[in-house]
Amino acid sequence: MSDTPYVPSSKFGKWFNDRLPLLTLSAHLQDYPTPKNLNYWWTFGGILTFCLVTQIVTGLVLAMHYVAHADLAFDSIEHIMRDVNYGWLLRYIHSNGASMFFLAVYIHIFRALFYGSYKSPREVIWIIGMLIYILMMATAFMGYVLPWGQMSFWGATVITNLFSAIPFVGEGITTWLWGGYSVDNPTLTRFFSLHYLFPFIILGLVILHIWALHVPGNNNPIGIDIKKPSKDTVPFHPYITIKDLFALLIFIIIFSGFIFFSPNVMGHPDNYIQANPLITPTHIVPEWYLLPFYAILRSVPDKLGGVILLFASIFILLALPWLDKSKVRSAVFRPIYRIFFWVLIIDVLALGYVGAMPAEGLYLLIARVGTAYYFLHFLVILPFLSRVEKTDPLPLSISEPVFGGMPKPAMMKSDKKNKNE
Amino acid sequence: MSKINLRFFLTLLFLFSITSSNAAEKVKLLSPDWSFKGITGKFDRASLQRGYQVYNEVCASCHSMRLLSYRNLGEKGGPEFTEDEVKNIAASFEVTDGPDSQGEMFTRPGRPSDRFVSIYPNVEAAAAANGGAYPPDMSVLVKSRKGGADYIYSVLMGYEDPPANIKLDEGVYYNKYMEGKKIKMSQPLMEGIVTYSDGTNATEEQMAKDVTAFLTWAAEPHLEARHKMGFKVIIFLIILTVLVYFSMKRIWSRVDTEV
Repeated sequence: MSDTPYVPSSKFGKWFNDRLPLLTLSAHLQDYPTPKNLNYWWTFGGILTFCLVTQIVTGLVLAMHYVAHADLAFDSIEHIMRDVNYGWLLRYIHSNGASMFFLAVYIHIFRALFYGSYKSPREVIWIIGMLIYILMMATAFMGYVLPWGQMSFWGATVITNLFSAIPFVGEGITTWLWGGYSVDNPTLTRFFSLHYLFPFIILGLVILHIWALHVPGNNNPIGIDIKKPSKDTVPFHPYITIKDLFALLIFIIIFSGFIFFSPNVMGHPDNYIQANPLITPTHIVPEWYLLPFYAILRSVPDKLGGVILLFASIFILLALPWLDKSKVRSAVFRPIYRIFFWVLIIDVLALGYVGAMPAEGLYLLIARVGTAYYFLHFLVILPFLSRVEKTDPLPLSISEPVFGGMPKPAMMKSDKKNKNE
Repeated sequence: MSKINLRFFLTLLFLFSITSSNAAEKVKLLSPDWSFKGITGKFDRASLQRGYQVYNEVCASCHSMRLLSYRNLGEKGGPEFTEDEVKNIAASFEVTDGPDSQGEMFTRPGRPSDRFVSIYPNVEAAAAANGGAYPPDMSVLVKSRKGGADYIYSVLMGYEDPPANIKLDEGVYYNKYMEGKKIKMSQPLMEGIVTYSDGTNATEEQMAKDVTAFLTWAAEPHLEARHKMGFKVIIFLIILTVLVYFSMKRIWSRVDTEV
């Protein structure tokens, strides 16, 4: 917690640390001053790191037994399920792990939305986070193709076909992605290769994400800038480590419930039928975590338009720090934003629901209204709201429930200076 | 704040419930009291053994089970036939092997390590012999159908005389649990089609139950090990979580913030 730079106690430690300051890094991670009022929604960062490591470790072992070939992939998965020692466990951890990973990342993202964690000075953390999320979707999509079941094959066909909507070059891009004229063995092998690569890129981005976080420090539920270290902070270890561990254990209990007692509820039964290019399933649906985007895609009658909206709905999030200009971060002090936040949650859930339904009748109508609202929220409501909303007074610090914190960063700085004196 | 958190949590639960139960069956499936359901669910050995008999004497005349080997029948958590029984079962099938040193294929009695012998050489032959409808491989059939064991059982029990307004083509049968209520498989189980070696009365219901249990095991051969391990893992995790909770309370008692 001290401000003095870390000095290793042993002679060797000092010699080594002068050449590679790993010990300084570890000391920083231990002492890292963290707001003491972080609630349990803040434990999902640690949970997500756990998810990534779990996916990499189980995936590594699965890859030792899996065969990436159109004729053998399905059977090699069943070989893992039947004959590999604890293969069923590894595979169920990996497949349910993907769902749990997304569950955690959605909570993490919506936490950031609620408490304004994407705002200055944390824009870069947010953008790296969004890149991680986009890579996660790509990785999960390609992973779902690997068992080479019916949904693998037809999901891959639908998603890769999206690129064919691009004018002039679309067809060429799709053929290039497939490595042929349809989803086939070359598609499977390249998806396997990329599915193996992407998690390590994600790991690299996670390190950058945490690095970027450690520059300004954590946001907190009241969203005010705090002096670090101070009465408002606690050292990361043991306070946050033990709290993260507790939350992680609860998460693992739920995770285990899925793995051991209903390992297939998050998957689609059709994926236990080997891929057959001649038989199209009645309803092709992606995994649950992609459903809101699938609903957006299908809400537009024009293919190119749908694809543009699909990509726009993801990339619009990258611009969020500049769309919401309100100086107050936390929704706790933004009475109107708070309402729109919950409306957005309901909107996304509704989109997810209709994404799983056939695109017709009332479902299609809901999908269209939902899509329109999604863009309205980010492009109109947020910029407008940040101009007109009357926010509640902010407290001065976490420890002192005295109002008087200023929504203007410039004034906050001078406020800080005063306290330092 | 806690009110907000609660609402957040409830919406997440809602998200969960819609995604896990999306699109409930239109026709309610029959749902017998399966022994393998629930946290401590186990298979009934005798039922699995009878189920194998039904599969072998009835289903196997059309349906393959290419992912299973005879040795699986003797493995723990399955029908658990004795080693000799497994050998005898395997030996009762002719397996094509080869080529031998002369380059010729030959047949020999099956061994426990052999895969289940299919009656048809390939999918096309199976479809051709069954009026163009390929009888699906049964290895993971239970997992590949929405409703799982309940669905398979319901289809087996769902044969009825068609209502007057439905006209069926030759080789098409009425089954109220099938999509479109039509099925190309004739009613497979009739009272007494199998004579159980353990003396159990082979009613249609009994056979349907036994063979569905057998198919469930075939699709998920490690179900018992999974339930057993899961039970232990969760007990362990709960104890650990309680210990960590009190450690956390203790550590955080040094600062004035609640956790």
